[in-house]
Parts: sequence; structure tokens; C-alpha cells
Amino acid sequence: MLIDTSTTGLIQVEEGTKILPPNVIITTFDKIINWGRLSSIWPTTFGLACCAIEMMAAGAAHYDFDRFGIIFRGSPRQADCIIVAGTVTKKMAPVVRRVYDQIPEPRYVVAMGSCACTGGVFRTYSTVQGCDTFLPVDVYVPGCPPRPETLLEGMMLLQEKIRKEQARWSPWR
Amino acid sequence: MAVTEVRISIHPAGLNPKDIAEKIKEQFPDQVIEVAEFRDQVAVIVKRDNIVEICRYLHDDPHLSLDHLQDITAVDYLNKKDVRFEVVYNLYSIRYRHKIRIRAQVPENDPEIDSVVPIWAGANWHERECFDMFGIVFTGHPDLRRILLPEDWEGHPLRKDYPLEGPEPDKDWPGFTEVLKRSKELREFEWEG
Amino acid sequence: MPGTYLPSEYLPVLIFIIIATAFGLGALLIGTIFRLKKPYYEKLMPYESGITPTGEPRTRFAIRFYIIAMLFVVFDVEAIFIYPWAIVFDKIGIYAFIEMVIFILILLIGYIYAWKKEAFQWD
Repeated sequence: MLIDTSTTGLIQVEEGTKILPPNVIITTFDKIINWGRLSSIWPTTFGLACCAIEMMAAGAAHYDFDRFGIIFRGSPRQADCIIVAGTVTKKMAPVVRRVYDQIPEPRYVVAMGSCACTGGVFRTYSTVQGCDTFLPVDVYVPGCPPRPETLLEGMMLLQEKIRKEQARWSPWR
Repeated sequence: MAVTEVRISIHPAGLNPKDIAEKIKEQFPDQVIEVAEFRDQVAVIVKRDNIVEICRYLHDDPHLSLDHLQDITAVDYLNKKDVRFEVVYNLYSIRYRHKIRIRAQVPENDPEIDSVVPIWAGANWHERECFDMFGIVFTGHPDLRRILLPEDWEGHPLRKDYPLEGPEPDKDWPGFTEVLKRSKELREFEWEG
Repeated sequence: MPGTYLPSEYLPVLIFIIIATAFGLGALLIGTIFRLKKPYYEKLMPYESGITPTGEPRTRFAIRFYIIAMLFVVFDVEAIFIYPWAIVFDKIGIYAFIEMVIFILILLIGYIYAWKKEAFQWD
């Protein structure tokens, strides 16, 4: 912590954030908005197969998602991100794409499980080889199924990605 | 194979599968082609012409009472046997706890067989799955359409001459190629941070 | 003189109303200014679990709600009449009590009528 002695009593906590003790924080719009977004990622539940059980386990009491601000919303209209948990078949692909389209920006995609990342063990006629063929994936969480801690780490990586976003809070920048 | 025959069913009036096969052979001598056995599992291979009569006899006979249709599936013996498909019925009796397997041979050039939906209502979806995966048409079925794959899918995947990894990308199911095309067009709306 | 009463003790309420309205409208306005505007066809479609929407968008309204609303209005007006009576009750005495009992009895007859006519049944 550098003591900024040129101004009156401002202490620089980290790059770009200053605190005037005890309770005035001076920072940039980017940081505040990114902090607001990453602390409350609301995914829309899209459990397709076995990974949905692990997603539910991550949201349940033992590995709590709510302490990260992650609350599962039922409708994509009220959600921030979509966690594609499970095997995506060709019959289901238009539905996944439609649900992703109906999430308002800013929106993120987490591909959970091997089947959503790359098609998994199923290299067959009906399985889409990875949901990134038709969705822009932000975080890949591999595993079959990934343990709840792995999914938690995936969400934390997504939080880091949001933290580094620059100037995405208005239409002009 | 074993010297002493092990009793399969625990009900006092339950029959061994070989006895059930014998009863079928007595009742329908010209329909039964063969009785195949493998490790105490007995299958009766029949012709497909009178399958509804055979199944109704199995269902209604008071000593057999095979009222639970456990599964209907099919096997593709491409190039291994002269008759290509065999529709397999796994039957079980809730009352006597004995079971039998009926295999009906279905040729390739005319893949049709009568539907057993009037006897067991649960055969509805099993027969739809057989149609979807093998292309075997069940005549008399109330609603024969694809159940697992999309309705406009071409081909029957569980046949041995269907490619495992699916058709070529340009001959793929149009619904999926549309999704791929549309997602390329919407590339500008993606939120990439 | 009539027309010169100025309720100056209620000034904080006026300020409160103004700030609350400004807060709500301001949040909506700032959102409109700073929001991303990138609509496209699939984003604007009504949500129906990812499939193309089928069926009528507006269903028929059940007529039972009208009866419930009427009953509510009647008995709510009755409750509103009881409030000022309760405030001045101790200044009037026993006559107020008898009058209120008669009032409630008259409305009770109407309640029993509605009950017998199955207005409280849902179906």
C-alpha cells in the first residue's frame, strides 16, 4: 500500500482505486461496473444430462453458489449467463441457441462437462461435437462430470474475465 | 447343460423357460423356426406372419400369463444371416415370475411386422423406437413416427450400414446446419468482453 | 378565510415524493441512455423454452375474478367505514356501539346471501 502524500490522506489500495479513510472509495467506472457484474452472475439453468446433477450439487448447501452471488434464474430474460451442462444433441442445438439469443447483454457462456466442451465420449451421429460450434464459449469446464469445486473454479475464472473487461458499459465505448 | 435343472421361477406354478418354449412349439408348430439357448436364457425364433396370434396366446393362456412386455428391440444381422432383421420381444409374467424371449425374423426387402399394441399398450413407444432406429414398419400401429431423432431425419442409425459418426457435414440434418449458419451470421452480436 | 390554509408541516412529504419519483424515473432514463441497443429477431422473440412460440398469446380471462373484485370492493368499503368510527368511539358511547352492530348486521345479511348463492365458490 503506497501512501500518497501529495494529496490529503488518500491511500492507494490497488491500481486505480484510492480510499480516503475511513469510508470514501475513489475508483473508475470500469472497476465498479465490472465488480457489480462479477459479484452477481445469474445463470440460466440449462442442465441437459448428468452434469446438471453436479451443477445442482454446486448450487446446494455444501458447495454453495449463493455465497458468490450466483443465483439460478429460470428464464433467460432474467439471466446473465448460460451454463450448458450436459450433452448437446443435434435435435437440441436450435433450442440452446435460441435460449442463448434471448439472454440480454452482457451475457457469458460456460461450457460445463466434456460433452459440452468437445462432444465427450460420444463421437456419433446425433451429438454435437462441442457447443462452441454454435455458441461463443467464455469458460470451458472439463470433467465427466466436473466436481462442484471444478465448476466453482470455472465461475471464478469467469469472474476474473469480467474483472478485466474494459469499457463495456455503454454503447459508445 | 447342467445335470440337475435349476428352477428359474420362485412361484410354485412358474415354468422354466424351456417348458414355455415347448408349449409354444406344441401350439404353433409351423411358426417356430428354432429354439436357441444360451446360459439358461431361452429364445424362440419364429416367423413374423402370425406374431400377433402367438403373442395373444402367450398373454391370455392362464398357465403362461406373460402379461409384462419388458422390451421390444431389434437386431441387424447384416451379412451374417439370410434374414436381416430380428425383432426381439422380452416377455415376463408378473404372476408366475417366468420369462421368455421371442425373436421374429423380418427380411430386409419387406421390413414389416404386425404391431402388438392391441395386446400390450406399452409396446407403443418401443415400436416407435424400433422404427426410428431400424426402419422396421409396424403395421397397425396407431402413431408410427420417429421418437428419438427429429421427425425429418433421414436414415435409420442403428442399422449396421449407417456411419457411426453420422452423415457428411453437408448432408447433415438441415435443422443443425441452419443453427450453424445462423450463429455465423449473428457473430457481431456476441459479447466477447 | 377560506383558501389560505398552507399545510407547511407536510413539506417533507412533498420533498419525499419528488425525490422518490426522480429516483425511479432517473434509473429508467439512465438505463435508456446507457443501454446497448442491438436487437435482432431471435432476441426479441417471446420466450417459450427455446422453441418457436405456438398458440395464442392472450388467453381468455375468467369471469370469476369480476365477482371476487365486486365482493372485495363492497366489504372493503365497509371496513373503511369502521375506521373513523373506531377513532371517535369513546367520545360517543353506547349509541355508537349499537349503531355499528346494526350496520354490521345489515351487511352480514348481504354476506349470507352471497354465501348461499355460492359466490365464494371458485368452481
